[in-house]
Amino acid sequence: MAFSSYIRYTFRDAFRSIGRHKGMAFASVLTIAISLFILGSTLLLVLNSQYLVSTMESQLEINVFLQSDIDRKDALAFQKEIEKIPGFQSLEFISKEDALDIMQDRFGKDTDILKSLGGVNPFPDSYRIKAQSSEKVASIAAEVEQFSEVESIRYGKELVDKLLAFTVWVKNAGLAIIIGMLIAGLFLITTTIRLTVFTRKKEISIMKYVGATNWFIRFPFFLEGMLIGFLGAVIAGLIIYFGYGVTIQYVIKSVPFLPVMADSDALYRILAVLIIGGTAIGAIGSVIAVRKYLKV
Amino acid sequence: MIQFFNVTKKFDNGTLGLENISVSINRGEFVFLVGPSGAGKSTFTRLLIRELLPTNGQIMLDGKSIIRMKSKEIPDLRRKIGFVFQDFRLLQDRTVYENAAFALEAVGTPISEVKKRVPAVLEMVGIGDKYDCFPEELSGGEQQRVAIARAIVNNPSILLADEPTGNLDPDTSLEIMKIINDINKRGTTIIMATHDSEIVNKMRKRVIVLNKGAIIKDELKGGYDYGIQ
Repeated sequence: MAFSSYIRYTFRDAFRSIGRHKGMAFASVLTIAISLFILGSTLLLVLNSQYLVSTMESQLEINVFLQSDIDRKDALAFQKEIEKIPGFQSLEFISKEDALDIMQDRFGKDTDILKSLGGVNPFPDSYRIKAQSSEKVASIAAEVEQFSEVESIRYGKELVDKLLAFTVWVKNAGLAIIIGMLIAGLFLITTTIRLTVFTRKKEISIMKYVGATNWFIRFPFFLEGMLIGFLGAVIAGLIIYFGYGVTIQYVIKSVPFLPVMADSDALYRILAVLIIGGTAIGAIGSVIAVRKYLKV
Repeated sequence: MIQFFNVTKKFDNGTLGLENISVSINRGEFVFLVGPSGAGKSTFTRLLIRELLPTNGQIMLDGKSIIRMKSKEIPDLRRKIGFVFQDFRLLQDRTVYENAAFALEAVGTPISEVKKRVPAVLEMVGIGDKYDCFPEELSGGEQQRVAIARAIVNNPSILLADEPTGNLDPDTSLEIMKIINDINKRGTTIIMATHDSEIVNKMRKRVIVLNKGAIIKDELKGGYDYGIQ
């Protein structure tokens, strides 16, 4: 009997309190929405830079040119050796005929490239190897070079080094920015909640004088904080969801070569984290803020 | 029912609140606590609701030690004691009805019971026509009536009043005192700290005079007289 009454009262009190303190509730929702919006946007920005880096990494390739006197059967058999190298991802065999065709395409139909080369195809058979990641490129290249079938090897060594440094930088900077934003957001949200609770500290002490248990005082604040956190997070989530869609469309149209993360799974994951996080911060923050005034 | 045994309260900053007080108050008594500011009147009431713990001594309520009470039991203690303050201390964001109902709700009283008892109590303190007003819409006297209603709505055995007429004009003060006296007649023990000599002299109740933390006078049917020159 008493327990069901308690539940009824605490839920009613939480909603009534939001209704009676509309200005404060609105300010708290807004603060949480803004903090989470900034956090979510940062997260998307960082994820996109990582996506950009990994896309660039996946496009890195090593060109392996085979000895010109090697016969086709040996050239094809050599594939097995490359596949054994750790870090290897995929390869493409380009025969000397293919290479000539590619060159022909590049010059256009007006010139017969074989004729101008004196009837001899100068291109060797070659492999185009992709590594699993940019860090592996150098070691694969070094290993492939050992084989006697290989005449020479080419890969963008400088580009690889730069990309490698950039990758590390993006990962560290991204992590630092997210942690910084997280701390700033938490600080902003808890300060707002503390302020909200502070304006009602007299109320809390009166409740204590009347003989209300700590639980009975705390629970409406807990529910109220939860609801405010949830609302703030939903607002931030909606803005991010639609804002990101529009931004992606714009980027794809105006900078088509720039890879953007259009993976909606990742977006949904971020939204879920924001909503769960916002609700939890609101609820827990309120309970912690109330605790200070319960010692009467 | 209330017993103080050699109670001393020294505050952390060295101020002396009460010094070696022993006093006994019976069920249904009406007691005025008088004395100059800083005499220890508030310390006395705050000790009784376990807002403070004494430095030394023992305090018993209905044969049970308040000092040894676990903090979990404090809400139960406070439900036995109604508290009325000089500054009313109403919840500003709740109506008259909600303020009075709160004391019952905090104890988990079923809503049907709340709906019966709150109107009866508001009627009794003479504010039955202002259920839906917020405290800021009421006069001081009306606010104190609401506070009294809240203090007695769950039938506490003791009503503690800390200068309940301190912010009110003389006529309103008399009205409030009439209500408190009526509550006493129903069997509730009243302990009231006050500076209002007119009321004390008129009512002729037990008067305990405190000065510098000590009881210097304890008279049945006493008057307002510090007895200090």
